[in-house]
This record gives sequence, structure tokens and C-alpha cells, in this order.
Amino acid sequence: MIKKKDTLEISNLHANIGDLKILNGINLTIKSGEIHAIMGPNGSGKSTLCNVLMGHPKYEVTKGSAKFNGKEILDLEPNERAHLGLFLGFQHPLEISGVSTGTFLRLAKNLSLKANGETKQISPMEFMPILKQTMGLLKMDEKFITRSVNEGFSGGEKKRAEIVQMAILEPKIAMLDEIDSGLDIDALKIVAEGINETLKKTGLGVLLITHYQRLLNYITPDFVHVMAKGKIIKSGDKKLAKELEKNGYEEILKKAK
Amino acid sequence: MAVPKSTQKLIKNTLDDYKFGFKTKNTAVFKTPQGGLTREIVEAISARKKEPKWMLDYRLKALEIFEKKAMPKWGGDLSGINFEKIHYYLQPQDKPKTDWNDVPKDIKDTFEKLGIPEAERKFLAGTGAQFESEMVYHSLQKELTKKGVVFESTDVALQKYPEIFKEYFGKVIPAHDNKFSALNSAVWSGGSFIYVPKGVHIELPLQAYFRINAENMGQFERTLIIADEGSSVHYVEGCTAPTYSTDSLHSAVVEIIVKKGARVQYTTIQNWSTNVYNLVTKRAFAYRDAEMFWLDCNLGSKLTMKYPAIFLMEPGARGEVQSLAFANSNQHQDAGAKIVHNASNTTSKIVAKSISKGAGRSTYRGLLKVSKGAKNIKSHVSCDALLLDGASRSDTYPTMKIEESEVAIAHEATVSKIGEEQLFYLMSRGLTEEEAASAIVNGFAKPIIKQLPMEYALELNRLLELEMTGSVG
Repeated sequence: MIKKKDTLEISNLHANIGDLKILNGINLTIKSGEIHAIMGPNGSGKSTLCNVLMGHPKYEVTKGSAKFNGKEILDLEPNERAHLGLFLGFQHPLEISGVSTGTFLRLAKNLSLKANGETKQISPMEFMPILKQTMGLLKMDEKFITRSVNEGFSGGEKKRAEIVQMAILEPKIAMLDEIDSGLDIDALKIVAEGINETLKKTGLGVLLITHYQRLLNYITPDFVHVMAKGKIIKSGDKKLAKELEKNGYEEILKKAK
Repeated sequence: MAVPKSTQKLIKNTLDDYKFGFKTKNTAVFKTPQGGLTREIVEAISARKKEPKWMLDYRLKALEIFEKKAMPKWGGDLSGINFEKIHYYLQPQDKPKTDWNDVPKDIKDTFEKLGIPEAERKFLAGTGAQFESEMVYHSLQKELTKKGVVFESTDVALQKYPEIFKEYFGKVIPAHDNKFSALNSAVWSGGSFIYVPKGVHIELPLQAYFRINAENMGQFERTLIIADEGSSVHYVEGCTAPTYSTDSLHSAVVEIIVKKGARVQYTTIQNWSTNVYNLVTKRAFAYRDAEMFWLDCNLGSKLTMKYPAIFLMEPGARGEVQSLAFANSNQHQDAGAKIVHNASNTTSKIVAKSISKGAGRSTYRGLLKVSKGAKNIKSHVSCDALLLDGASRSDTYPTMKIEESEVAIAHEATVSKIGEEQLFYLMSRGLTEEEAASAIVNGFAKPIIKQLPMEYALELNRLLELEMTGSVG
């Protein structure tokens, strides 16, 4: 049986925060099984793109569309987008005091099952082994299951927990916003392996936002895009990332003008 | 300025979601007329109860104090209380029953709807149920009766145990303590009397449920708990009332004596309808190596003013107050705690958490006092407030009176507003805005809720969820 390919198609997307224009016409299509890396200087709109696609209320979409399997998502609530199969790994994951990681993830998983027409819900007994295995993959201690979501986690633990959440929720398209920032080389390898494993298992499509080529040594992108001033100014394969590492953004930015 | 649509919706939702607002048709056996509190009313109550003369005298003296004392100017807005309209005493049946089958059907139905007989069967050592002014039902497990434990309606205890009653009644909270303790002392009726003999530990909780049913009702129960040396007891009270357009008044007095080495936990889960003024005085005296723990959860009511107090009277005594308040639209929760260190080597802890929503207002008002001569005192106070929107309000008034130097006192206070980023984070994981807000609120309240016995924790979580429905305008 051939698995149906999921597609997120972004066309001419413009978005503002207040009066400030941040996205100025993004065109990008992400399909199941593909890894897209977006690189670019600070303030180029990379994080905004993720947040707009996930439905952050702070941003206003002024033009364009984003369709998931042909369905417009820009007028949906973030939770509805999540239930279609979108996921955002946060650059700065939030702490939720008093809500245990295990309970929260099972709730999120069951809400997703329910929203997708599954009548069966996962019991704590069924959920625990799955969660423990996933945490094992990310080399996270089981004690995190009973701890409050992200509360008192180190920067690296938060990033690993984001990947645990992704692996549990099994999205179709995942956007990972600077998942590599603040990670030492060992943690980086663990996170990359977690992403690769999830990709192998579920065949999801990934949009990686990163500043550094370093992450791409462990996750091989199919496409690399360079973003500046709210636009994708250049796209290529993994060689483009190497080139950026060597020459910096300056040259490409100049050429693009 | 017009009330925004979202707020109107919120108010409507809040009223609609109060599932305890049903009324029961009940014809009182006896009730005092409206038109204000008079000497005749107090005499009629006492006569109806066939009380000894000392109690009538006590009541009449309290009435004088009540009349003399001015309304408190601090705290919440009390101007809406109309003393002329209140029924001060309403007797729903002749006397308390010990078998649910003997309770009149309409009243029994009410308590069945509230799940009381079921709770009794499942996890309680004893149960009391007050309807309007009287305890209509009271029972205690037989083996506890054999051990000498007393759990009775306070009225019954006055008749059956006159000596011990007179020894302790009004000693912890005298009538002149404040205007509302004076009012209660004049017209008190019902409540629980508990005596736990030396060395007896009551494993399961004793519970009393207080139900106001009639309109313009004044409920003035009086509870007195005496834990003798080395004993322990956990008492739980629950309260609800129907929703009326007019206001009712609940003004209880609770006195507790915790003797040497004893432990008392007093847990409140109050969920009054939004037309109830809840003005309660609660105080405990804890003696050598004794421990008093107030666990106070305040939902509902129009205005609550309640500051459970602990006087640490002898060395080694320990006091703790943990409280949770939820102020929704048109509500003011003015709550807190008072701890008085009257002896050396005493310790105390206060944890107060409040949640304000839909222009609701919560206030923490606390007193921590270390008396002259009390040395080696440890105390920890923390107050956290969570605001769910910009229209809600939270204030903190911690008062400290420290007359000694050998003290270790820590005080922390935080106010946080539920954040857009937090909501977005949870929504990106598939929770609706309402579910996300609810999760944050439950997480915030968890340190308090987890102290409750499981059945009550489940109930409180459910109540919080009800308060959170309609949170999105």
C-alpha cells in the first residue's frame, strides 16, 4: 500500500506584527518525508513563519495562503491545526507549573485521537511504556514524566522534551524552531537522532529553522532555503548550507539584490 | 461604560454553570419573621431549643454587642447586606435523625442530589447534614461511639454534654471578637460538636454538609471541636446554596481546641451560590506539640471574608493554613490566614493561592504575630495570585507584628497573569483555549488540591473546570 503524501503548501504569505511587516511573500511546499532547512540572519522572519503557520495570535496574516492537503489552515485555531497534523517545536518552550509532563502528553495524544475520529483513548497503562521508550530514545530520565511540563528543565532538557512531544503526537508536518540552540554537541546528536528516528517511523515532513550548518551534519536536509527580510531568496540542496557556512550570508544577500 | 459582551456572557455562564443552584420545596416547621433582629427573635430561638438559662443570657449579651459594634470598614463591601430581610432562624424538621430514612423526603432528596449519603457509605467515619438552621441528620460509626468519640449537632451536644460544652463554648472566639461573631453568638443554630478522647485517632474524615435552601436565609452554624491529648481527627465541611436574586448570609463561628500532642485538620470546600455573603470566624488554639491544619478552599459566594486563625499557645505547637480562592465575575474572595506565635519553639506555614477571572477580585489578608517572649520561631508565608484576564484584580495585605528577635520568617508573594504564550504553547499541542486555561489553573491549584483526600480532590478539580467553562469570551 502506498502511503498518502501530506502536503503543506504556502503561497505568497505575508504577515505583520502590529504595523511591522515581517513576512513578505513566502512560497514553500513541504511534503511527507522531506526535510527542509531554513537558514538566514537574525530578524529575517524564520521564527515568525513557524508561528504564523501554527496560528500565534500575535501575528496578522495580510495576504496569501497556507493549505494543508488542500485545506486552508490560516483561519483555524492552533489546536485545530495541531489536530490536522501540524506541530511546532518551540525555540523557548513554556513552563506549565503543576501540570505533569506525562499527564499532559497523554491528554494531548487523546485529544488528537478524538479529533481524528478515533473512538479509542489511550489509558495510562498503555501510554506509560510508549512514553518511557520515547524518552529513552532522547536519553531523558523517566523522572521527567512526573515533573511539571518544562518546569526547572535545563535548556537542553526542554529541547529534548519538545522532540519527545513530537514523537508522541506523531504529526504529519513538524516545524522545529532553532531546536539546536543552546545544545552541546552530545545533546545535539541525541536530538538529531530523535528527529531522524521519528522521521523513519512516521515519515513526517520537517521544517528545520536553524542558524548553524552544524545541525545539518546530523540531519540531512533535502532542501535548504535562505531567508532574508521575510522572503526566501535562495533555495538549493545541502551544499547550499555548506556554502553559507563558508561564506556567510553577505554574499548571497548581495547577489539577491 | 457598558459591560462588554464577553463579560456579560461570562456572567451568564457563571450563573448557568452553578449546578448546585436547584431549590427544594420545603415547608419550615418554624421560622422567625423578617423585619430585623430583635430580642424577641433571640428569645424565641432559645425557647424553641429548650436551652438552659446561661445560653439564653449568653445570646442576649451577644445581641447587645452585635447592635453596638459598627460594621467593619475594611475588607469587602458589606453595604448590600440587609439585616431587615434575613430570616435568622428556620427549622426545617423537628430534630436531627440518625437514619437517612427518617429525614423528610424533600430534604433527603436534596442531600442525595449532593451525593452525601453515598459519600457516607464510601469513605466517611461520620456525617452531618445541615439544612437551613438545623442539623437534620447526624451519624457516627459505632466503633467510634464505643471509643467515646462524640460527633453531634452542636444543639444536641449542649443538651447531652452540658459540662464540657460550657467549659469550651465561646472561649476561643468570644462574642465580642467581631460584629459577625457577635451575631452568630446571638442566633447560632446547628453546626457540629466533636470531642475526640485522649489517644483516639479517627482514620477516616468526619464530614458535615451545610445547605442553605430558602431565600433571604441566614445560616449561623456553630462548630466546636475538642481534640484531647494525643488524639487526631480530620473534619471536612462542604457548603452550597440555591441561586436567588436576593442575598443570603452565612456567618459561622468555628472554635477548635487542639490539646497536647493532638492533631486536627479542618478542610473546607465551599461553593456558595453568588448571592451569599460568607462571613466566617474560624480559630484554633494549639497546645504543646499539637498540630492544627486548616485547608480552606473557597469557590463561589458574593463576598467571602474568612481568615482561619491559629494561636500557638505552648512550645512545640505547629500551625499550617493552606488556602485556595477562586474569584469569578461579581465575586470578591477576601481570604487569608492568621497565625499568632504565643510560645517559644513554635512553627507555622501559610500557603495562599488565589485565581481571579472575569473581573473577579481576590484579596489575601494575613496576620503573622510573634508575641513578646516567644523565642525560636519559624514561619513561612507564601501567597501566589493568578489573574486570568486584565479585568480581574488581586491584592495582598500581609501584616506582620514581630515583638521578638529570635525568629526566622520567610515571606514570598507572586502575582502572575495567564500568558498568551503559555496558552499558545498548549493550544499548539491540541488543547482548545478553554482547555489550555483550565490546565494552567489546575496546575496552579495543584499544590493545594493534592493535600485533599482523593474524593475531594476529584470534586474540587471538577468545580474548577466548571468555573473555567465559558472562559473564552
